[in-house]
Amino acid sequence: MSTYDARFKVWRGDGDGGGLEDFTVEVHDGEVVLDIIHRLQATQAPDLAVRWNCKAGKCGSCSAEINGRPRLMCMTRMSVFDPADTVTVTPMRAFPVVRDLVTDVSFNYTKAREVPSFVPPQGVAAGEYRMQQIDVDRSQEFRKCIECFLCQDTCHVVRDHEENKPAFAGPRFLMRVAELDMHPLDAAAESGLDRRRTAQDEHGLGYCNITKCCTEVCPEGIHITDNALIPLKERAADRKYDPLVWLGSRIRRRGEHTA
Amino acid sequence: MATGTEPHTDTGVRGAARAAIAARHLRTDRWWLAPAATAGGLLAFIVYSTWRAFANSDYYAAPYVSPFYSPCLAENCVPMKGGPNWEIFGSWWTLSPALLILVFPLGFRLTCYYYRKAYYRGFWASPPACAVAEPHRKYTGETRFPLILQNMHRYFFYAALPVAVILTYDTALAFRDAEYAWGHMGLGTVVFLVNIVLIWAYTLSCHSCRHIIGGRLRHFSRHPVRYRLWGLVGRLNERHMLLAWSSLISVALADFYVYLLASGAFVDPRFF
Amino acid sequence: MSELERQRWDVVVVGAGGAGLRAAIEAREAGARTAVICKSLFGKAHTVMAEGGIAASMGNVNPRDNWQVHFRDTMRGGKFLNQWRMAELHAQEAPDRVWELETWGALFDRTGDGKISQRNFGGHEYPRLAHVGDRTGLELIRTLQQKIVSLQQEDEREFGDHEARLRIFQECTVTRVLKDGDRVAGTFCYERESGRFFVLEAPAVVLATGGIGKSFKVTSNSWEYTGDGHALALLAGAPLVNMEFVQFHPTGMVWPPSVKGILVTESVRGDGGVLRNSEGRRFMFDYVPYVFKEKYADTEEEGDRWYDDPDHNRRPPELLPRDEVARAINAEVKAGRGSPHGGVFLDVSTRMPAEVIRRRLPSMYHQFKELADVDITAEAMEVGPTCHYVMGGIAVDSDTAAAAGVPGLYAAGEVAGGMHGSNRLGGNSLSDLLVFGRRAGLHAAGYAAGLAGRLPAVAGEQIDAAATEALRPFSAEGPAADAPPENPYTLHQELQQTMNDLVGIIRREAEMTQALKRLAELRGRARRAGVEGHRQFNPGWHLALDLRNMLLVSECIARSALERTESRGGHTREDNPAMEREWRRINLLCRLADRSPSFGPVEPGAPPADPVRGQIDLARSTAAPIRPDLLALFEKEELVKYLAEEELYA
Repeated sequence: MSTYDARFKVWRGDGDGGGLEDFTVEVHDGEVVLDIIHRLQATQAPDLAVRWNCKAGKCGSCSAEINGRPRLMCMTRMSVFDPADTVTVTPMRAFPVVRDLVTDVSFNYTKAREVPSFVPPQGVAAGEYRMQQIDVDRSQEFRKCIECFLCQDTCHVVRDHEENKPAFAGPRFLMRVAELDMHPLDAAAESGLDRRRTAQDEHGLGYCNITKCCTEVCPEGIHITDNALIPLKERAADRKYDPLVWLGSRIRRRGEHTA
Repeated sequence: MATGTEPHTDTGVRGAARAAIAARHLRTDRWWLAPAATAGGLLAFIVYSTWRAFANSDYYAAPYVSPFYSPCLAENCVPMKGGPNWEIFGSWWTLSPALLILVFPLGFRLTCYYYRKAYYRGFWASPPACAVAEPHRKYTGETRFPLILQNMHRYFFYAALPVAVILTYDTALAFRDAEYAWGHMGLGTVVFLVNIVLIWAYTLSCHSCRHIIGGRLRHFSRHPVRYRLWGLVGRLNERHMLLAWSSLISVALADFYVYLLASGAFVDPRFF
Repeated sequence: MSELERQRWDVVVVGAGGAGLRAAIEAREAGARTAVICKSLFGKAHTVMAEGGIAASMGNVNPRDNWQVHFRDTMRGGKFLNQWRMAELHAQEAPDRVWELETWGALFDRTGDGKISQRNFGGHEYPRLAHVGDRTGLELIRTLQQKIVSLQQEDEREFGDHEARLRIFQECTVTRVLKDGDRVAGTFCYERESGRFFVLEAPAVVLATGGIGKSFKVTSNSWEYTGDGHALALLAGAPLVNMEFVQFHPTGMVWPPSVKGILVTESVRGDGGVLRNSEGRRFMFDYVPYVFKEKYADTEEEGDRWYDDPDHNRRPPELLPRDEVARAINAEVKAGRGSPHGGVFLDVSTRMPAEVIRRRLPSMYHQFKELADVDITAEAMEVGPTCHYVMGGIAVDSDTAAAAGVPGLYAAGEVAGGMHGSNRLGGNSLSDLLVFGRRAGLHAAGYAAGLAGRLPAVAGEQIDAAATEALRPFSAEGPAADAPPENPYTLHQELQQTMNDLVGIIRREAEMTQALKRLAELRGRARRAGVEGHRQFNPGWHLALDLRNMLLVSECIARSALERTESRGGHTREDNPAMEREWRRINLLCRLADRSPSFGPVEPGAPPADPVRGQIDLARSTAAPIRPDLLALFEKEELVKYLAEEELYA
């Protein structure tokens, strides 16, 4: 098998409406869905709107839904489909559509701004930061995130309930909170910011019912649920629901103050 | 060509600003298989364990005690030499003694992060599968009563530990024969051994355990021992789902095995 | 038409990659109200593709490293054509720029004593690249992005508006730098989503648009790399310098066809990967050039020992600068010793345990597994050269990053020329972005503040002309009344094929002359490029507009390459294979030809430019002599290989 004609259904339209359009398009050996979309652009639909950049799974631009599943188009090989199947490509369905396969992802940028940034430790000059590899491993896993927003797209908390958007940061940005809370030198606590408490109170951690779709769709293979969201829930529980830990930390803090 | 012009009524994937697609999902795979199998498996266990828990009979066949009835804490327990039956609750408890103890392992499993996923998806369809729209109009997750109580998971973990210890004790007792002489083994001993290994693996692979052991630390480098333990628990934790199911099945099988012996349907093959 | 939205800013930064974001941070912290405008979403810039690391002589792994050694390596890598003052500043300031990232939250891989780990790379004498696995560029972009967010959070606290002093206009394109007389006055932009035009009025504009790779067929670059900044500078009257130097990265994927060109990081070789031909020979030992003979191992045994004992052994020739390795691969394939799909074999599977490979090269593992069905822990990769980087670019002042001859115009990063000479070392790009991004932002903000009341004004006619130019593809007509307009996608493919075949890695006079003819023809056809549909997120339209830039830049490359009759770094002439010391001092400057007082010759409806002369005027200029104290960092024996007699004893 080297070349065949595939049947595609691609959603075309904008905020006022639209629908799935049928195409028949050539597919060559080794190609990915994004190649096919580009071939449609070059030969049949020059104004077909699509976002893409690196075409190597590193930038997270070409997020879409292929046969109903959130995927990167550049990392979905045509060889996973039967040549007889019809491949359906739609924009991400959790965000407002702009045009064709392009959606308005500003929700994510708004949420990014709501997470307080890294707080550099006082009295440690640039160049003097010392961190052990085992202490940065956890946050480094989360920093692999390419911000494709597929986790945000698939998360039913906002996908199925637009009204939850103001209260819920989504997996990507809860993971950002976890990343900072696990950063070995983040000085948020010293500046009076309790990231664990705010995860629950301000970023909507409680909305997450750990059904793991974010982890399932992550093209980087980040264990969002097991390594970020659940540990964050446990950390929030330390603060808010565990009197023993709460009491223990109070006593220790008092000890430190008097010592 | 599909149309997208019908009026939008909901706030999810068919909401006003979203791409106009009438279908609630476009998945072409058998996405319903996993939640259906999960629901079926959990239901089967619920039915079986309810029957067995209320049965109040056929739970002891020396030297084996059903894990559903261990420890047995009421006066109405069948006498078991060497335990574990301590009459803490005295004679006023007339229901099945299983009900006294099952609340802890069940609570542990009910609030477990894996089982939550399983029943939220399988029973509550919230969501039924990834990118398949859920049927509910409103969703508040675990922000309110009663689901906010899921945050109590760590207490059930604490409670599950002594239960696991007692089941370990039961397994040790299973190295006796029907006359309580030590140093013997039967097929039931193997069943108990497998079960207790899975119970411990499941209990220790718990996310709360992973947090308590080391996850809550900021600097692993200052706690090398806890870091190593955290790593071990983490490796188990990756198989939490597998362990949840296998230990669920093994505990039911262990109980069923005792039932078969106690009801006389089967005779324990003895090895030595 | 001049009724469209205008906004006033102090500094406008075009491009949101490493250089653009670093410039914006610096300008904002220097007090300038700063706007960043970028073609993609915020955080998606091509910098995320950088894999290997950031070169900075922190000396964390080998304490003998320092800026002088880094400077030496950079000059050697660039074959002494570098704008030496830039190389000096770069080597001196890179460590501070890296350390500063940590204070903004970056998490680099660590050494045993908790410092930033550094890895080996081609052309660097010591382990020098700060890295995070093989996704360093992503870490850099994310850190800068998050620093910008933190500045916006400050503004939110102070003014109640996140964008009071720093705003990102994402998915917008600049088509013209607007001027008031000689001076920069702003930019003409359109929003990709809506097609809406708007004008940012600003006295200072920093161009940080990256490279030109999309003019070539086989490239590691993304669609954004259409040479926008290069073209904007040309159209604004600034010259480009040494555009003939285009880096072909030696290791791009060659199969399957749809991913041909995607980068395979140099870290694969830095961490021990070796190159073999179809006969199984480590052929790089046959390609160590004369100038590098003393620095590289001549046996496999010595090369292998170097990974563990770099002080007593010389490095393996797989770690030669990129131009050398790319040429060697090209020669092997040509000699019939290539791999089945026209590359050579790059093998780590026999050099490291599988688990180490997965840990150190996770995204390479992933990339080959997902896209090519190749398990790099078990089998060799097939790789071949791919267009990767342009060393040439806007001629800038070394200290201030100011573009020559256009007050208010600055350039940093890949779009600026000079820093890397004729060939860039791996890892020197990310550090270049940070060092000169910061300098551009600082000086742009200073320039804007120094103008006080003498702000430039944007004339309405300029805006109208820019709008007309941008809308032309919608009303394009075919060559005859009934013929359809040209398809921009077809034109783009033909341009890429032309540059790949005729101005590629090995160049010949006749081919480049032919390329210039084809470019002239394409230019004529590009004027008739038409698009369907409307202005809302229309990629056909966007490409039609980008064609202007790609054609301008391609002509610069072809014309300069034809002019330089020697081989040096990223410029290899089959008909002039030797490096000539006389050419070292010569910089080739491209300027827009026949500039009319208002706009360039690509004005709508203008007659096609003379196909032979084209749109570009070429001029030679002589580089400033290298400062004696910097020359003193090298041995005389080495300098005689590069410098003309009179430079040595000047």
